[in-house]
Amino acid sequence: MAALLSVENVTRRFGGVVALDGVSFDVPAGEIVGLIGPNGAGKTTAFNVITRLYRPDEGRIVFDGHDLLRTPVHRVVKRGVARTFQNVALWPTLSVLDNVKIGAQARRGVRSAEELLEYVGLSGLAHRPAAGLPFGTLKRVELARALASGPQLLLLDEPAGGLNHEEVGELGRFIQQLRADFDATVLLVEHHMNLVMGISDRVYVLNFGRLISGGTPQEVQRDPAVIEAYLGDASAAA
Amino acid sequence: MTAFRYALRVFGFVLFVAIVVYLPFRISDFRASEFALIGIYFIAILGLNVLTGYTGVISLGHGAFMALGAYTTAILVADHGMRDLWTIPLAGLLAAAAGAAFGLPALRLSGPYLALTTFGVAVATPIVIKKFDGLTGGSGGINLFEAEGITGLPEFIVTLPGGKVLSFNDWLYYLAWTIALVLFAVAWAIHHSHFGRSLRAIRDNEIAAAASGVWLASHKTLAFSISAFYAGVAGSLLAIWAFSVQPGAFPVDRSIALLVGLAVGGLGSLAPLAAGAAFLVFLPQLAQGISKAPGVPAVIYGAVLIALMIVLPMGVGGLLRWITGPLTSRLYPRS
Repeated sequence: MAALLSVENVTRRFGGVVALDGVSFDVPAGEIVGLIGPNGAGKTTAFNVITRLYRPDEGRIVFDGHDLLRTPVHRVVKRGVARTFQNVALWPTLSVLDNVKIGAQARRGVRSAEELLEYVGLSGLAHRPAAGLPFGTLKRVELARALASGPQLLLLDEPAGGLNHEEVGELGRFIQQLRADFDATVLLVEHHMNLVMGISDRVYVLNFGRLISGGTPQEVQRDPAVIEAYLGDASAAA
Repeated sequence: MTAFRYALRVFGFVLFVAIVVYLPFRISDFRASEFALIGIYFIAILGLNVLTGYTGVISLGHGAFMALGAYTTAILVADHGMRDLWTIPLAGLLAAAAGAAFGLPALRLSGPYLALTTFGVAVATPIVIKKFDGLTGGSGGINLFEAEGITGLPEFIVTLPGGKVLSFNDWLYYLAWTIALVLFAVAWAIHHSHFGRSLRAIRDNEIAAAASGVWLASHKTLAFSISAFYAGVAGSLLAIWAFSVQPGAFPVDRSIALLVGLAVGGLGSLAPLAAGAAFLVFLPQLAQGISKAPGVPAVIYGAVLIALMIVLPMGVGGLLRWITGPLTSRLYPRS
């Protein structure tokens, strides 16, 4: 199957730190793909490069046949790539509804902003300012905003952040449902292993900016390189 | 916005218009002149609000765009015999073009650096005006007392059926406030448009705005240009109001005063900005009224401003939102 998103040999340095070091991976259309790795592995940097907030020093990013690096940052959403942020990037003085409406301004999705608030279960908060709402609620507002642009590819940066065990299970089902309802492909950065392994069709593992493994969740979990990255030296542990 | 709130807004606007129309019937001729000046400041502050209140870009140099508008009108009326009314939109458009030309490169700078750049423009304005004395009349400025194109001069007296005599100052009042109300409606439309929502998104979080498809450069430049248009129109009216322009009328203080008026009215508010404009006109008088000793009025002005910002950090608009807030929020279901 042709990849919807291809990250090809991407390198990004910050001064002396190599945040991404020749990383290549494919996200096939219709799949849920997990991107995991220890803290500082370069997962969020990868998101920022794909959404054009950072320019990579080397490499290519191809989305749906277009060279994304020739796409200005504000046109990435119009191309069909929407994202959420790890620490939530909303507009606090705007109402919850207006926050979602801005997502729809760039590129209209199938559903209206009001319907999307209903979908994420926040209709009652539509006219409240985003400021002061609980973190989990804000994450849902962000998700609604991303969905409002009718994305082909949805980038979720730690959607389970701040959720309890029960809620994480619910979120997993929600993401799978969302893929079906919106016909979207999902790229997921997440620390919560049960969630990633439970819903991903494919998982890539980053460590210190390098891609060290990729495959089905089962393959990745058995990969000694992955075990070492997470637990330290496998032979020493054994 | 719910239908009820929408109706409330429309009612508020109609009431506002009614007060504006009726006021000259209740105040002296001299007061009408003052209230005309408030209308002129209101326009300039409404414009600055689009830039600073919505977009979060601080300009310390909007007096320069007022000067541009004022000189456009003065030169066209005095030297080219143009009718003053037609120069008002021209002054606005010229200022808007200047705003776009300045904004395009300058808006690449962030916060304080951009503010300092606009400050530089404000500082240079009187000097630049004096430099081009062939066009601007140098330090002496341009006098419009003898100009043919000033509508209604030397005598503009119309007696209305009710016995009310409309003076020239009443004419200035209605001219300024008619334009102010039209531009107020435009500002309201901007506030509720996709464009206005995007501007507020830029103010709240630029990165999130860009990542959600808002083109920062075009939005900021357009906001800058729109606010310069308002300043140009206000400057044009100021020239007509004063029958003259001089470089000394556009010191740095003028630009700062607009920001003060905006802060007192409330950033991001609309109608309450008229209170900010009234503040600019009446507070210096009030301070003079307390004492005319050298330096004392300035200290009173400063002290009142500091006190006001402590008591009303969100300005008059913030106070009104606070008063109406607890009531209106009851209309929304809580989760």
